[in-house]
Amino acid sequence: MRGKNSAKYFYLFISPWLIGFFIFTVGPMLYSLYMSFTNYNGIGTATFVGLDNYKALMHDPLFWKALWNTLIYTVFGVPLGLIVGYLLAYLLNAKVHFMKLFRTIFYIPSLVPAVASSLLWVLIFQPDFGIANSILEFFHLPTSTWLLSETMVKPALIIMSLWGAGGGMIIYLAGLQQVPEALYEAAELDGASKLRQFFTVTIPMTSNVIFFNLIMGLIGSFQIFTTAYIVGNGQGGPNNSALFYVVYLYQNAFSFFKMGYASALAWVLFVIILIVTLIQFKVVGKHVYYEVD
Amino acid sequence: MESTVNHVKSEHVAKLHSKKHTARVTKIVTYALLVLLSVVFLFPFIWMVFAALKPENEIMAFPPSVFPKVWDFKNFGEVFKLIEFATFYKNTVFVTVLGVIGTVCSSTLVAYGFARLEAKGKNVWFVLLLATMMLPTQVTMIPVYLIYSNLNLVNTFVPLVLGSYFGNAYYIFLMRQFFLTIPRELEESAYLDGAGVFGIFWHIMVPLSRPSIITVTLLSFMGFWNDFMTPLIYLNDTSKYTLALGIMQLKGSLNVTWGPLMAASLMVIVPVIIVFFIGQKYFIEGIATTGSTGK
Repeated sequence: MRGKNSAKYFYLFISPWLIGFFIFTVGPMLYSLYMSFTNYNGIGTATFVGLDNYKALMHDPLFWKALWNTLIYTVFGVPLGLIVGYLLAYLLNAKVHFMKLFRTIFYIPSLVPAVASSLLWVLIFQPDFGIANSILEFFHLPTSTWLLSETMVKPALIIMSLWGAGGGMIIYLAGLQQVPEALYEAAELDGASKLRQFFTVTIPMTSNVIFFNLIMGLIGSFQIFTTAYIVGNGQGGPNNSALFYVVYLYQNAFSFFKMGYASALAWVLFVIILIVTLIQFKVVGKHVYYEVD
Repeated sequence: MESTVNHVKSEHVAKLHSKKHTARVTKIVTYALLVLLSVVFLFPFIWMVFAALKPENEIMAFPPSVFPKVWDFKNFGEVFKLIEFATFYKNTVFVTVLGVIGTVCSSTLVAYGFARLEAKGKNVWFVLLLATMMLPTQVTMIPVYLIYSNLNLVNTFVPLVLGSYFGNAYYIFLMRQFFLTIPRELEESAYLDGAGVFGIFWHIMVPLSRPSIITVTLLSFMGFWNDFMTPLIYLNDTSKYTLALGIMQLKGSLNVTWGPLMAASLMVIVPVIIVFFIGQKYFIEGIATTGSTGK
């Protein structure tokens, strides 16, 4: 195992990843960066245009619209998803009967293929015969045209995403189950109420899984594609209110064949995700509790 | 004196009593919430199943009724007439099987390297592996498309599957975490008995890591089965479509046939649900492990 040939074996074992890393990651990354400074339509030769794509981006109203839509979706959708997922896990962790049954019910929607779930929700949100409006009408609440409405399409997409909150729930549940019982007993002796215990024991002790879900949730949310693409029929929805960043990127690359411009879009997205992630590590990360092994 | 004792006693009893009372209220509230939320989470499913069983005019009726008035299984047959559903199914199974095999084999090998073998620079490679998990696929998507395009491989299944044979950072990480929990003694003694690195990997580690291999199989199955964007980018001919892409044909921009569309969606979901129930334990553990890797 620790023979002198070990380094050879190490590289032999990781070679699939190593080769793929250069062919499918490093090479394409560099090429994509280069392309973002060119005017390339997918065939023929690329002409170097310097920073033109990035300058054009700054003056592209659709770029700003797509960025705005994605930010709104993320700022509201990710925290809501965290809260719902956490609440579900917290309820399941209360030593309830039929825990496995409930867990399955909450988890399965997150496994449903995005295409199938999007189509289902398009039916639910139909303005004239959808069940969403019918429920609202039953409670004498104002109805909506949902996915056809400029103001309601993003809230509707967030509701759709919450149906999949069970994926995060499983991770929270694993974290909750690792909180030592002794901490609750000690808090109990000190006279702390359940609510107090929730905020001073439960949340801090599971902060590492919350943090993990926050990071992954944000990265995923910035890249929303399938649901948005299906809801908007590949377009941007009503007055581009459902034009999300990656949908716009896809359109540029594969519908308009503006590959250089699309590459610039991709790099801007990458930088945004990188900055947001680093900020989280700086601001939130230091409050996170890690068990010392 | 006696009265004070009694007083304290009764206060204590009252306290215990109220505590029991709150505990009971908490229990009731918990169950009420769980049942309510279950209804909310199940409802869309039920809606889908019933929509798949309703004739078209009943789906489009307002106000809609939850239960179908006429139970109509025609929609399921209709799916096969309206689109090449059987072909899409076959294509998806083909892509998924090849993709899962690629992912499992490559990720297991690479993970073993990172978990057990030593080399200078190993940590650097490992950090790079983790870094690729943060990289949005959109950054590499266009050049990778151009590579396949230059090789005349657009509109084939190769771009959907080939990448999986080079490992997947997420699963490599998951497998590595698992390998680290296996005690080293077994390998050490096999090594002393003269076994080679590959022998140890194949005869000791692979059999021992069955649970994590199953987990990766299940999770990557979901990934390939559900993928929409890759087929959308690469496949042009209807005869090559996978399910995710194919069922979209039932949702034309003007005319939507809701009954068959829901029936088709249901048939796409069923294998996922079956796979989940078969491997429930591995699923839950796999997801939970990746979560606690925040460490």
